[in-house]
Amino acid sequence: MNDQAQRTISVRVRRQDRRGSAGYWQTFRIAHQPNMNVISLLQEIAARPVTVEGRHTAPVVYDSNCLENVCGSCSMVINGRARQACNTLVDALLAERPQVEIAPLSKFPVVRDLFVDRSRMFDALKKVRAWIPVDTYGPIGEGPVVAPEDAATRYDLSRCMTCGCCLEVCPQVNHRSEFIGPQAIGQAALFNLHPTGAMNSGPRLEALMEPGGISDCGNAQNCVKACPKQVPLTWAIGKVGRDTTLHAIRRWLMK
Amino acid sequence: MMRRRVVVVGGGLAGLAATMKLAEDDIGVDLVSMVPVKRSHSVCAQGGINCCNKFTRAQGDSEWNHFDDTAYGGEFLNNQPPIKEMADWAPKIVDLLDRLGVPFNRSEEGNLAVRRFGGTLYKRTVYAGASTGQQLLYALDEQVRRFEVDGVVRKFEFWEFLGPLIDGQGACRGVVAQDMFSLEIRAFPADAVVMATGGCGLVFGKSTMSMVCTGGANARCYRAGAHYANGEFVQVHPTAIPGADKLRLISEAARGEAGRVWVPRRQGDARHPNDVPEAERWYFLEEKYPKYGNLVPRDIATREIFALCKNGYSVDPHNYAVYLDLTERATGIKREVLHKKLGNILEIYEQFVGTDPLGEPMKIFPAVHYSMGGLWVDYEKNHHTGGLNWDSPRNQQTNVPGLFAAGECDYQYHGANRLGANALLSCIFSGLLVGRALRAFVQNPPGGGAAALPAGLAERETARHKAAMDALLKRDGTENPYLLHRELGRLMTANVTVVRDNRDLRATLERLEELRERGQRAALSDRGDWTNQNLSFTRALGDMILLARVITEGALRRDECRGAHYKPEFEIPAPTADDPAELQRQALEWCRRYQRQNDEWLKTTLARWTPAGPEFSYEPVECHLIPPRPRTYGVRGAEVIEQVWRAMSPARGNPGGAAGAEAAGAAIGGRA
Repeated sequence: MNDQAQRTISVRVRRQDRRGSAGYWQTFRIAHQPNMNVISLLQEIAARPVTVEGRHTAPVVYDSNCLENVCGSCSMVINGRARQACNTLVDALLAERPQVEIAPLSKFPVVRDLFVDRSRMFDALKKVRAWIPVDTYGPIGEGPVVAPEDAATRYDLSRCMTCGCCLEVCPQVNHRSEFIGPQAIGQAALFNLHPTGAMNSGPRLEALMEPGGISDCGNAQNCVKACPKQVPLTWAIGKVGRDTTLHAIRRWLMK
Repeated sequence: MMRRRVVVVGGGLAGLAATMKLAEDDIGVDLVSMVPVKRSHSVCAQGGINCCNKFTRAQGDSEWNHFDDTAYGGEFLNNQPPIKEMADWAPKIVDLLDRLGVPFNRSEEGNLAVRRFGGTLYKRTVYAGASTGQQLLYALDEQVRRFEVDGVVRKFEFWEFLGPLIDGQGACRGVVAQDMFSLEIRAFPADAVVMATGGCGLVFGKSTMSMVCTGGANARCYRAGAHYANGEFVQVHPTAIPGADKLRLISEAARGEAGRVWVPRRQGDARHPNDVPEAERWYFLEEKYPKYGNLVPRDIATREIFALCKNGYSVDPHNYAVYLDLTERATGIKREVLHKKLGNILEIYEQFVGTDPLGEPMKIFPAVHYSMGGLWVDYEKNHHTGGLNWDSPRNQQTNVPGLFAAGECDYQYHGANRLGANALLSCIFSGLLVGRALRAFVQNPPGGGAAALPAGLAERETARHKAAMDALLKRDGTENPYLLHRELGRLMTANVTVVRDNRDLRATLERLEELRERGQRAALSDRGDWTNQNLSFTRALGDMILLARVITEGALRRDECRGAHYKPEFEIPAPTADDPAELQRQALEWCRRYQRQNDEWLKTTLARWTPAGPEFSYEPVECHLIPPRPRTYGVRGAEVIEQVWRAMSPARGNPGGAAGAEAAGAAIGGRA
């Protein structure tokens, strides 16, 4: 509970010691400072890892790096919502409810405490061949001219920081499903929209026509709401959906 | 034949550029990084990347001008062959990035859009919104992933570099690293090693840098015999948002897109900034530096803001801050236009401060931002072009054979002060360059390379690091590593940033020794054997204190003002006279002192580790193309000084010198 007189914040943290071991909760009491974010709460816990019961414990393990919502490391479930710990401000949380509750993302294996293993997202980038295959890194001249509107759309897609919030909120991503998730579909759209990338869009679309591909999307549209970078994920899913259909017809006609 | 193999440590722009270049030449790469490379600190770069481009070229710009701005902005402390080569390659690098699909902002015709950055009069910066670093990093990350799929690159993410493997002849034969989850320590033999591990902002506690930027990897190389150069040159960026956990950058692009810095003319004016009428606003940079305005080089803008706040002009009663104004009223530019160009930094401000930066001015203050200093690296000059021999294995190699460095972790490109939007360039350039240098180097690596590692070397070194870890895990003590780090940060920020004073620096060295001793007594609060971040942090704390000493002692020894290194005690007083003859005489005196200062201090600081502390030496800077000239942004009587200086050094390539000064003195007829 947030006791304004003592100006302390109660922080409840989900902990897990190892991969596959049972989770448990611990609560810490942190002195309130102006402009605190969730990262600074975890930093305070690290500096003095003592629970409300007075038990000395290990600092909470969590993933973080840039602390300005651009690296995608510090995704967590904070007060029930998947978001970045760095740009989640404590005073705003306290306005919602008196206690701050922090848990790891639930759709990824926990490594320890709040630190999860998101390697499946990087594997997905391999699967959809998320790159422009250039001939050489040598100086062979300028790139293709791109219309400003196309560049702007590509920029919006390219801000995806592989944070995992879209997978976390997607009902189709779960332990019974192979669904690749919105992030990889957005990235396929990004590369298919580039003049060079468009020349090899086939393999990207085919990767998304396999089991676990785009047809597994249930159109819940949670992803676009949860995305901390406002990546137009549902637009990308719509676009890639149409393109895969066209690609299938074309393939059938070419048979 | 077995594929040659290079270890690249760090997967930011420099590490990825090196990796993709090596992989293109079918040289295998083990890429070792503490974070997934796509989350490296390069993502934080916002504003853009510099190159002479077709728009500036049409206005008379050239690669030479970019080279000149880089040398002048760095106050001539950067060796000229590497920076000339970098400026020459800049347009080609931007073309490559464009081909790799970076979503740069575009002009109406579909060309790359450009904007202006500090320290130049040309719009030389291309950009992708206000997250250019993120976009460039992703482009290179994608290319490296392509080679990962092909099996040429093996990634070791969440592995921490512990130290280089050095053989009996002093050559680097690989690295020792630790799995940050299982804590397994193992050796990675290699034909060569590239360090691309970035800057050391965390030495100053809070900075604009990411949490991995402790300088730990650099310190471990320094400890193993690599020379550390120009450590005392640390860039403090003029505009950041103060925060509880870090200081968040507001890019120079904000000023490049017409953002204006100001304070109310009256000290302590408590009105809301939007209520302060135009006549009562003090646009102090525009007033003092009419030529460059808000886009003076960073060190100068930082000192002006710092001094103003110290003199009571801060716009925040509790902290030091000034206004950075992007409202339409100040800039005359519509909200939608700025949103397209600066969206990312506007979001950062809104998310972390909670006010709309287009509705009212932002409150900003300087923050430690970039390490100009770093591992010393070599180069080989091309006598024909004045740039580099692109194929030479000397390029980017440290004094330890087989150990290379690139990106912010080397010292090479920025001299005493880095120009905005030159960092992304230098990181990619030096990464590509080291890739090319290694193509030659790995054909004949020292001692036969990875395949012929001396017996027992890997085992011995692995065991040594394991023993050090075990000792740390077991250590008892009363000190808390996190609190010690805060103390270190406060100490360094107070004494070794914007304004430096020898008495404070001496006291700081004493305090650092005390912190070092106390650091030996820091005990871990986590003694576990699985994903132990407490262990990693405490180890890095020792490294930060080691580098802090190099930075502080380098600053203490350097009795001059140059770029980011500012010691008022040694500032050459600006001319004061109104009478033209007297002004002339003062300008001559100024130039003589500047010449003496260059004779004494236009050199690279080199620190070598010894058990008793750093051993310092100095080497000359190669200024063979552009003779050093006074950096006179905003100095009173600048025109006269420049005129006198030109008279002192009549021919290009023949800088002043004592004889020149005598001749100039005689010509002007004034002798002090």
